[in-house]
Amino acid sequence: MYLLILWLPLLGSIFSGFLGRFLGHKGSSTISIVCVFLSMFLSLTAFYEVGLMGVNHYITLTPWINVGILKVSWSFLFDSLTVTMLVVITVISSLVHLYSLEYMQNDPHLPRFMAFLEIFTFFMLVLVTADNLVQMFVGWEGVGLASYLLINFWFTRLAANQSAIKALVVNRIGDFGLSLGILTTFYIFQSIDYFTIFSLAPLFTNYFLNFGGFYVSGLTLIGIFLFIGAVGKSAQLGLHTWLPDAMEGPTPVSALIHAATMVTAGVFLLIRFSPLIEFSYTVLNILIIFGSLTAFFAGMSGVFQNDLKRVIAYSTCSQLGYMIFSCGISCYNVSMFHLANHAFFKALLFLSAGSVIHALANEQDMRRMGSLIKFLPLTYSLMLIGSFALAGFPFLTGFYSKDFILEITQITLNTNLQNLQGSFACWLGNLSVFFTAFYSFRLIYLTFINSANTTRESILKSHEPSLLMLMPLILLGLGSIFIGYLGKDLFIGIGTDFWKSSILILPTNSYFIEAEWLNINLKWLPFALSTLGIILATIINKSKIHIYLSSIVYRKICFLINKKWYLDVLYNRFFVYPILNFGYTVSFKNLDRGFIELIGPYGLSKVILVWSKLFSRLQTGQLNHYLFFIVLGVCLFLMIMCNQIQLVIFYSVLIFFI
Amino acid sequence: MLIYINLTNTSILLFLISVLGIFLNQKNILVMLMSLEMMFLSISFNLIFASIYLDDIIGQIFSLLILTVAAAESSIGLAILVIYYRIRNVITVELMHLMKG
Repeated sequence: MYLLILWLPLLGSIFSGFLGRFLGHKGSSTISIVCVFLSMFLSLTAFYEVGLMGVNHYITLTPWINVGILKVSWSFLFDSLTVTMLVVITVISSLVHLYSLEYMQNDPHLPRFMAFLEIFTFFMLVLVTADNLVQMFVGWEGVGLASYLLINFWFTRLAANQSAIKALVVNRIGDFGLSLGILTTFYIFQSIDYFTIFSLAPLFTNYFLNFGGFYVSGLTLIGIFLFIGAVGKSAQLGLHTWLPDAMEGPTPVSALIHAATMVTAGVFLLIRFSPLIEFSYTVLNILIIFGSLTAFFAGMSGVFQNDLKRVIAYSTCSQLGYMIFSCGISCYNVSMFHLANHAFFKALLFLSAGSVIHALANEQDMRRMGSLIKFLPLTYSLMLIGSFALAGFPFLTGFYSKDFILEITQITLNTNLQNLQGSFACWLGNLSVFFTAFYSFRLIYLTFINSANTTRESILKSHEPSLLMLMPLILLGLGSIFIGYLGKDLFIGIGTDFWKSSILILPTNSYFIEAEWLNINLKWLPFALSTLGIILATIINKSKIHIYLSSIVYRKICFLINKKWYLDVLYNRFFVYPILNFGYTVSFKNLDRGFIELIGPYGLSKVILVWSKLFSRLQTGQLNHYLFFIVLGVCLFLMIMCNQIQLVIFYSVLIFFI
Repeated sequence: MLIYINLTNTSILLFLISVLGIFLNQKNILVMLMSLEMMFLSISFNLIFASIYLDDIIGQIFSLLILTVAAAESSIGLAILVIYYRIRNVITVELMHLMKG
């Protein structure tokens, strides 16, 4: 049963991919949907068995690599963390499959699309169920590959090609960090199995590597490399530029990549390695700083975006920042809880956005929408649920995880904790709550409530999608309302033993109890901030105040943030183009085709030609010149006979200069 | 007397003079042929001196042979020269540059 969870999506992918030509649209989509739904039910069973009943599963298949002390086998570990991820992945993936059945119904390549979605799910499942780093890396790279295929699904579009390549290459930077992490792990622990590493980690807290006189803690080094991997995959500040561009794929793809699967892989990696990074304060502080900066930066950028999907993409980026910094303050279970909740409401938001785009004939610009509340009431209410959940409205899903993260950051403000980075996370996290609420409701207003800005025809043609497309939306809407409440006691309740040994939190880093007895005013703070954001969005959109646009400075700032702080431009100017130029002028033109060819075949043949012409010009046809050479030759011969080497050299130099 | 005047030096000097005669000559091919004859003479002179000095007859036999060879060689060379003159109407060495590398 446990292996079937993995094999079914692979089977569906193979069938709909290789046999899609024969199965047709209906056949391939039926097969893939049946496979992924079966996988979902099996994952729910696995969740019941592993998560609720507490029976961990560990399955070993054949050995894979067996060289010296490096022993890697294909084996699968099902513990609480894994089954939570399994449920999240398969549920979202099944609903996205169901959704894309209608969303993509007019696309001629539906079997290929289904095959790619299935292979994405399969690789993600491989990633989460692996019990060693190499097998995890298979899933990690496979997810990157599948994201390339999916973003590039409409491969005739230039923009889709570019963003797919960008996603793959930027991810590869992080993958390089992760592979360095794997190598370091093997160097330090002589093993890459999770069990071995995690049980040995406490013994290696004083292990230092010597880099030419600098002593670096081994666990810190591994943690930093893993974090670099997570930065690429989870789009943290620095390598986040691929995420907004990945919106070039079809909307269900965005829902799958941004909600449940790809971007959560980085967070999952950090949570999985909690027994290791928990022992390194440096890594935890890096997580806090980068996570909170990402949350703040992406929240701010989301405010001024005009593309419907891009706003949601930035909100994903921002929420991933929350997950990362809550790993940094050692609340891995809260981070995981937020990951699961976020999967539901973000999938809901993306799929609702897809429904809006579908209704308006592929119009994505929010400035050209409006007044859709009359035409798409169901989509509107679902999107409102998603937005409220995202903004952390009380008793919706987002409230239970996001507000708890913020409460824990408030604890780190206590003066006796000496946790400066925690206060950083607290300030930036609370500010991002405001931005989150603001851009969510800006989106709602611009899309649904404000007066219409689009053409008459597209308004008249707009319609609710059929039941097939609405059903996943409604299920996700129910999930966005109830999952947080249902999962709260299980995941982050006081004294819950759900996680068992899959997550390690050192007692000195644990603030759960304190968070429950926080000052009541501080507990109200995130709600107050998000309400403020909602009110501000309402005021700006209802009263039509456009004073803020009249100020030139303000307009410049808006433009700057709308252009994502010009980070893409800066990257292009300072990294991409210089590297491309270097590759062309230095490595290609000067080294490969220049220097090496010059001392190699090309230059040698040319020199031989020149020299042979030079030497043949010695035969001038003049008789006395020939005589001169004859006498000279006799002289040289005599000189060699008399062993006067210096003179020989002297004369040969003379000959050379003739 | 022969002991005090080293005739080898004289013959080598003669040889070098004839080499220079070929070497420095830019104009006339006849002068070249004459220098060549002078070379043969200096060599045979040297051989004769060596034969007397070493009290050995072989040097004189060689010099006799060289005389015949030199005669034959100069006759052939003059014949080539005459034919060349008949074709080109000029015997200047400088103008003989039809064969280039």
